[in-house]
Amino acid sequence: MANKESKYKASKYKEPESSFVRQNKKLTKSEKREERKAWLFLLPSLAGILVFVLIPFADVIRRSFCEAMSNKFVGISNYKMVLTNEAFGLAVKNTVKFIGICIPLLLILSLILALLLYRQKRLEGFLKTSFLLPMAVPVASIVILWKLIFHEKGLLNVLLSHLGIGTIDFMNSDKAFLVLVFTYLWKNVGYDMILWLTGLNDISVSLYEAASVDGAGAFAKFRYITLPKLVPTMFMIGALSFINSFKVFREAYLIAGDYPDNSIYMLQHIFSNWFVSLDIQKMSAAAVLLILVFLSLILSFIRFDREEE
Amino acid sequence: MKRKNGCFLGFLLLLTLFVWIPVWVLCSGSFMGKDEILKNVGPVLGQAKGRASWSLLPVYPTLRAYVELLLDSPNFFTMFWNSCIQVIPVMAGQLLVSVPAAWAFAAYKFRGKKALFVLYIILMVLPFQITMVSSYLVLFRMKLAGTHLAVILPNIFSTFPVFIMTKFFQAVPGSLLEAARLDGASERYLFFRIGIPMEKSGIFSILILGFLEYWNAIEQPLTFLANNKKLWPLTLYLPNITTDNLGVAFSASVFVMFPALLLFLYGQKYLEQGITASGLKE
Repeated sequence: MANKESKYKASKYKEPESSFVRQNKKLTKSEKREERKAWLFLLPSLAGILVFVLIPFADVIRRSFCEAMSNKFVGISNYKMVLTNEAFGLAVKNTVKFIGICIPLLLILSLILALLLYRQKRLEGFLKTSFLLPMAVPVASIVILWKLIFHEKGLLNVLLSHLGIGTIDFMNSDKAFLVLVFTYLWKNVGYDMILWLTGLNDISVSLYEAASVDGAGAFAKFRYITLPKLVPTMFMIGALSFINSFKVFREAYLIAGDYPDNSIYMLQHIFSNWFVSLDIQKMSAAAVLLILVFLSLILSFIRFDREEE
Repeated sequence: MKRKNGCFLGFLLLLTLFVWIPVWVLCSGSFMGKDEILKNVGPVLGQAKGRASWSLLPVYPTLRAYVELLLDSPNFFTMFWNSCIQVIPVMAGQLLVSVPAAWAFAAYKFRGKKALFVLYIILMVLPFQITMVSSYLVLFRMKLAGTHLAVILPNIFSTFPVFIMTKFFQAVPGSLLEAARLDGASERYLFFRIGIPMEKSGIFSILILGFLEYWNAIEQPLTFLANNKKLWPLTLYLPNITTDNLGVAFSASVFVMFPALLLFLYGQKYLEQGITASGLKE
């Protein structure tokens, strides 16, 4: 099928040269030259990363074990302070809850959209544009809109009361959490839908044809061909959605400011509040703690990904 | 079968309303006069009793909000300019830095390549908050905190474009490069005359994804320009006008959204390709 995607579907991209682990250390002359060229191309990027990310972060690790003023080594007392901080606990709890609810929801919703859109020839472009468009709507405008829509006297409540459901003050109650979940889904569903579509387009049509010959129904085909084939895609989408889940802070911050309803007080808030009070010690310790969590997640993800292959 | 497809289509179109209604409210609101907006959404602003309402089209369409925005809000221009200063150099810098780096990952073999690429992925995944303290400290020490460069420089070295561009460059067949080398082509020639022309679309992709990201930046300016509000970009200007003048807020929103919409109009193909590349397994 001459699908529009086929031009740039994933199979176009080769796997990178498989692991270049060199057993013997001696390199031929041309290989040495090649290495030198590669590092030259990398140089600007690496230098920037060293100066702006890696070296400063090493400094933050050091600071996390020191006292603010005297710079004396204080062991893990900064960490104790962070871990016993009530606001920090609340923020961790909310962030985990948010991610735990949002990512599965987003994966399912965007998959449903992709399945509906897959092989939908009519209006394909328009539909894709529509679902991607939230990426273009400025965060601040979303905030104005949500105010009009989700306010106690807002447009959604007008609708709800017509349906005989009482009014809900979404913004200033624990329903704010739902608004944030909705915002996240609204913003990211298009991006993930495109990723799913790539995965779907990569499944060879002949598989389905063969299954049809064997008398498989639509559901059986979905269950035994589509789903298993999409598993690798799913992990990648999950990872990207995880990254994006930290960006809802923008909306959360603009909707409710530094001290929002307790239900949406996230890690991002506590960092920004500590920043305002220049609590470098706590921030350093918390950053180190978080990076440990992140590293273990990413590395186990990469290992799992390798095993899949 | 045809019928079922029709149903799907109808359902999808219904779902697009979730997107088009908010966008429409923004656009139509920007053509409403103060009184009409107040009448519609006064209750939300706490300036009237009753409930909010909205009409499909402005009853008394007017350009007054735009006039006010363009003629009477000098702040708006300053901040529009700030946004441009904080976005365009980032994108130019990203091209200069990340395209060659991606070429190194895709077209060369070198020791430690795999480990280095994993490092790039890790840096790409880290949320802003984790590196916020370290970035601030280094910018402070360089005396850059509170200047445009504080927002620009760290973003230039984002590893996300490197990741995407690597995926694109990996599509260039290695045999082609080998053949060109045998013909005596220099490495520079390979990069500028083969790699870049073949994967132009990758460059458009990173530009579009980058623009959407940095045009909406909130965290970086909020943190690194905390003590210098004169340099705040539009994204931080919008929230300040919400309550006192909604019409202007709407028209400003349309203005901010406009460049991004243009990108969708002309570059959606590249946007989709970029998204696709971001999801490819390494």
